Amino acid sequence: MVPEFLVQLRDFISQPWPWWVGGLMISLIMFLLLWFGKNFGMSENFRVMCAADGADETNDFFNINWREQEWNLLVAMGAVFGGYMASHYFASPDGEVAHVSAATVESLRQLGLAFAEDKVPLVPDWYSWTSIFSLRGLIFIVGGGFLVGFGARYAGGCTSGHAISGLSALELPSLVSVIGFFAGGLTMTYLIFPLLFK
Amino acid sequence: MRMSRYIFVGILLGFTLYKTEAVSFFRIFEMFHFQAFHMYGIIGTSVVLGMGIIYLIKHFHIKSTDGQEIVINPKAKTYRRYIIGGFIFGLGWALAGICPAPMFILLGSGYTVLILFLASAMLGTYMYGVLRKRLPH
Repeated sequence: MVPEFLVQLRDFISQPWPWWVGGLMISLIMFLLLWFGKNFGMSENFRVMCAADGADETNDFFNINWREQEWNLLVAMGAVFGGYMASHYFASPDGEVAHVSAATVESLRQLGLAFAEDKVPLVPDWYSWTSIFSLRGLIFIVGGGFLVGFGARYAGGCTSGHAISGLSALELPSLVSVIGFFAGGLTMTYLIFPLLFK
Repeated sequence: MRMSRYIFVGILLGFTLYKTEAVSFFRIFEMFHFQAFHMYGIIGTSVVLGMGIIYLIKHFHIKSTDGQEIVINPKAKTYRRYIIGGFIFGLGWALAGICPAPMFILLGSGYTVLILFLASAMLGTYMYGVLRKRLPH
C-alpha cells in the first residue's frame, strides 16, 4: 500500500505549476549550479557534444576539454529523465494541455490551427516522425534547430545563459542578446508565420 | 557520487519547465504575441530572484562546494555578436517553439523526433565554429 500522503503529494505535484513556482525553481537551479562552481547554460551542451564527436580535430572552436564539461551533459541527461518522469507519472489531470489564453486560441485559429473544444495540446502535431517528412515538420524542427544552435553559439548563450544567468548578473551583453532574441522571435511570429501557415 | 547532483539539478529543471508548460510551442507562441503574463512571469521571477542571489553571493563572498570563491565571469563587451546571434536564435526559438533545455525535456517526454532538432542544432553550432572568424563579433 502506498501511504495516503504520498498519493496526495503526487496529486499536488501533478497540477499545472503557476509561473511564480517556475521562476522560484529556475532561480534555485541557477543558484545550485553556481554553488557547485558551475554556470547555468544549456546550449553549451551542443558545443560539448560536437567536441566529443570529434569536431575538435577539424576546428579549433571545439578544441575544448569536453570531459570538464561532463557535468553539463549530466544536467541535460537529468532534464531528459525529468521530462520522462513529469510526463509519465505526474501528468496534469486534464492531460497534456497548454493552458494558453483565449486570445492565443484565437490567434492560432487565424493561422488555421483549430483544436477540439479549444483545448490546445502541449506540443503541436508536427512533433512526430510521420510529419517530419512534410515541409512543415522539416522547416519547424530541422530549420528551427539549426537557427537555435547557430544563434546560441554566435550570441554566446541561450535563454538560460543570457536571459536568466546574464540578466541576473546585470550583464549588458545579455540584455542586448535578449533584445535580439525578441527581435528574431517577433520577426518569425509576425512576418514569417503568416507565410508558413498559408 | 559527486556527479549525481548534476542529474538531480537536471531532473528539477525537467519538472519545472514541463509542469509550467514552458516546454510548449504554444506557450512560446503566446509569449511572442504578448497574450499572457505566464512566460514573462517565469522569466521575470527567476531574474529578479537571481539578481538577489548573485548580490548575496558577492556580498557575503559565498564559497562553492569545492571551497573556492564563486566568480561570475563578465561577458565580453562587444555588441554585434549579441544582437545578430540573438536575432538568429530568436528566429529559431519562435519557429521550433523550443530552446535548448525544453528540447532535452521533451525528448524524455517521448517526442523522440526532436533528436533531429538536436542533430540540427549541433550542425548549426558546428557551422558557427567553421564560420566564426568571418562573422562580425
